[in-house]
Amino acid sequence: MTISGVALLAICTLLGSLLGDLLGVALGVKANVGGVGIAMMFLIAARLWLVRWGLLSRGLNTGVEFWGSFYIPIVVAMAAQQNVVAAAKGGPIVVIAGAGAVAVCFAMVALIGRFSGPVETMDEIEAREALEASVPHFKSGRVG
Amino acid sequence: MTMISHILAANSLITAFAAVGILMWISGAISKYLTFGRIHGSAIAIMLGLVLAFFGGIATGGEKGVADLPALTGIGLMGGAMLRDFAIVATAFEVDVVHARKAGLIGAVALGLGTVVPFILGVFVAAAFGYTDAESLTTIGAGAVTYIVGPVTGAAIGASSPVIALSIATGVFKAVIVMIGTPFVAKMIGLDNPRSAMVFGGLMGTVSGVSGGLAATDRRLVPYGALTATFHTGLGCLVAPSILYFAVRAITGG
Repeated sequence: MTISGVALLAICTLLGSLLGDLLGVALGVKANVGGVGIAMMFLIAARLWLVRWGLLSRGLNTGVEFWGSFYIPIVVAMAAQQNVVAAAKGGPIVVIAGAGAVAVCFAMVALIGRFSGPVETMDEIEAREALEASVPHFKSGRVG
Repeated sequence: MTMISHILAANSLITAFAAVGILMWISGAISKYLTFGRIHGSAIAIMLGLVLAFFGGIATGGEKGVADLPALTGIGLMGGAMLRDFAIVATAFEVDVVHARKAGLIGAVALGLGTVVPFILGVFVAAAFGYTDAESLTTIGAGAVTYIVGPVTGAAIGASSPVIALSIATGVFKAVIVMIGTPFVAKMIGLDNPRSAMVFGGLMGTVSGVSGGLAATDRRLVPYGALTATFHTGLGCLVAPSILYFAVRAITGG
């Protein structure tokens, strides 16, 4: 049933935000502490459990996946209702923070690559796989 | 005319679905014909959303973008915290734990750095622009992680709407630079093998930015980058409104 998927998602989301609020109270802040992240972990755990017991039905999948695929449109709606007029006054902050974050992360990709030694490139992997694939083909040919 | 606006207002959420759908069609067409697929339709749609919110705000003088227009109040419900969190949690369903193990330690390191480093940078930039309260600093820092982590964090810790809008714009801008810039720096940063693609996905975050950028570089690398990038938003939503927020609060003393 599709509703079981939607219900599972709803229960995980509610539990997550409840725990997030409780954590906020426990830590003495007026905030939901990581509620969405906690809910995601619940959902991943629930999926693992359902797969293990063979309970992951198609309807259940549909119910959750529909909402997952709805995520970008919802983000678009979210963007369309922000107070952009006020934000526009802070203009350059967007460019500097965005570009800065990308530049630093590009540099880190290069650094991690350098420090962790050489690996096969995609071209080398494909060349090797093509070679391996051709060997059994050759054996099963006219040799025997 | 009054009949149409009455129907639109009475079915506000349905109107919002239609409006966002049309916006996404237009964005898809812009992506395909004007940028030749370089910039993902989703990033264009979010930017258009922000632009519309700007004009909506000017037209109505309100604080909620196009949601202040009577016919489009449904946008407020559709893009509100309730449905947004619901949809974001749903994306976790596609996370495959078996695949996650393949990314291994290096993927985890990249993910951790990819969350903390842009966050710190964003906080410093926000501080340089005169923000001093922990909520605004954290939200803009979270926006530098991804355009999802920003608003989720902002809503969770109670940041103001202009600050949340800034964090979305920062995240979208980041995703767009990743999409456009990746092919140009690919060689320099050694982006020609699955491992560096996984590191790249973990560090850059935004699935749309990573998959767009990698597709323009080398299509075969896309699944490896997307593999680690899918964890990025979840991790960000977990640590930004918690550990990172507390760290910022401890430093600002607020």
